[in-house]
Amino acid sequence: MSTVMEKKINLKLVRNPNENNEPEAEKEVVYDTKGLNLWYGETHALKNINMEIKEKEVTAIIGPSGCGKSTYLKTLNRMVELVPIVKTSGQITYKGKNILDKSFRVEDLRTQVGMVFQKANPFPKSIYENIAYGPKIHGIKNKKILDEIVEKSLRGAFIWDELKDRLNDNAYGLSGGQQQRLCIARCLAVEPNVILMDEPTSALDPKSTLRIEELVQELKKDYAIVIVTHNMQQAARISDKTAFFLNGEIIEYDNTDHIFNNPTDERTGDYISGRFG
Amino acid sequence: MIKALIFLLFKEMEGGCRIMATSNKNRMSVSEMIEQQKKKRKFFNQLERLIPSLLLIIASISVLTTIGIVYTLFAESVAFFRNVPILDFFTGTILKPLSQNPEFGVLPLLNGTIISTVIAMLVAGPIGMMSAIYLSEYAPDNVRRVLKPLLEILAGVPTIVYGFFAFTFVTPLLRMIFPSIEATNILSPGIIMGVMIIPMIASLSEDAMSSVPNSIREGALALGSTKLETTFKVVIPAALSGIIASFVLGISRAIGETMIVAIASGSSKNFTFDITQSMQTMTAYIVEVAGGEAAAGTTIYYSLYAVAFTLFVFTLIMNLLAKYISRKFREEY
Repeated sequence: MSTVMEKKINLKLVRNPNENNEPEAEKEVVYDTKGLNLWYGETHALKNINMEIKEKEVTAIIGPSGCGKSTYLKTLNRMVELVPIVKTSGQITYKGKNILDKSFRVEDLRTQVGMVFQKANPFPKSIYENIAYGPKIHGIKNKKILDEIVEKSLRGAFIWDELKDRLNDNAYGLSGGQQQRLCIARCLAVEPNVILMDEPTSALDPKSTLRIEELVQELKKDYAIVIVTHNMQQAARISDKTAFFLNGEIIEYDNTDHIFNNPTDERTGDYISGRFG
Repeated sequence: MIKALIFLLFKEMEGGCRIMATSNKNRMSVSEMIEQQKKKRKFFNQLERLIPSLLLIIASISVLTTIGIVYTLFAESVAFFRNVPILDFFTGTILKPLSQNPEFGVLPLLNGTIISTVIAMLVAGPIGMMSAIYLSEYAPDNVRRVLKPLLEILAGVPTIVYGFFAFTFVTPLLRMIFPSIEATNILSPGIIMGVMIIPMIASLSEDAMSSVPNSIREGALALGSTKLETTFKVVIPAALSGIIASFVLGISRAIGETMIVAIASGSSKNFTFDITQSMQTMTAYIVEVAGGEAAAGTTIYYSLYAVAFTLFVFTLIMNLLAKYISRKFREEY
């Protein structure tokens, strides 16, 4: 079907058979991208992207600035359409349906696919209202159920103990790391299937970064996570699969340990060893 | 004068810089040159020290003027209340300043002001708000760039033109709907005041809404909100203090508006809630009396100040209320 897939199969034959990758067969494919091209006006930002994203895995996307990794991430929940001059071709199948089809209701997609942004963007409301916002717009009005959702989501983001006594405080009073975890909790409140993270730790200190990374490890038990990161060590630490983007193309997409220890493409190796980017 | 001095000061500094640049060849050290300049600039250094006091004096002008106005209003109102009991003034529903047995009840005027303001805000509030939502959230960039300045031109139309328009165009139009409407009535100037206030509310609310960071909108959209939900549940609450401020400015403008009501609502001092009838507002009363032959020292002359003082208190309360509301609902970002 695609060159990337062929490459992957070939690689698997070469690789050490003792390597632990047996659960792969059971995991369901959440996103299947086929021949995706994307243009910002005249700029060809994504070129023939083919990529499968599976559930209960962390997929990292790395690459130098301007390589299209954030664009690809935003295509997965069609947030990229906020730029009016965007054009796409090809297809992205989410659970069997092509999300790029204009008849696909974008709100339904975004309800099932949460997103965490580079800069924490809580609403200028109370902590409680931040979490309850998602369930509320989807019609959940019962105060008791909302209370439960808020607690569950905050617990899910491991921030309940810190915030349980100040649920009515404005979210803007929190530290940067807390705000980011609050945004993750806000995302969990609508119980999505996938969480997209666009450099979620790039504005955070090392301690907050560590907490978010631990959180990602916990979350992957239930969610498919796609994370764009500038930080290669972070990709190596937390992801199961890594895709290396360069100039709008996928250069290499494989298991993370393979990408980092034994990259097939010379450019991947150069980027990972810090020779460019 | 002050401006000239400051200008001179900068000119001198500039000159100093130029000397430094050109005398480079003479190999005079920079610190020597600075030393030289220092002597020359002694006068300006003295001036520099005086500047805060000068600026303070200038800044006090508006404050002192306000105090002066309030004092005059208050003092003359006290003179008025020596002739007319304060309770009669505020509870009286009959205003006959020119009659043989004059009566000075302010309620007809208060009523006229409030009714015309309410009509104006019923027109300006929804239309201004919807325009702001369209401009800030929905309009493509090029549409906004054309539409917003056009809207603001409306704010530049002189109010006398609006008044004339209300009298000669809107009232006859209203007559088709309400055949019994009087030639001068409160409805038509109320509507036109609303039209006048639309650009103010639209423009200020649009500013407040478009200064809400985009990242917040994206956060809401990424949770699966529609554009309308994002606008009403996230953007408007975040911009609420600015929006309330625009409404209050609109209300203050309506309360203080004079020309439109003076022309199109006539001068009947009716105490009525029938909007098809002529009413007088506080401002229109002041115009009428000040324009007539109110001899200084007469009760009717002092009544001007009493009405003006009421007007002032009225707007003051409005502003304080608005400040309180906007602080209470503020969502900081």
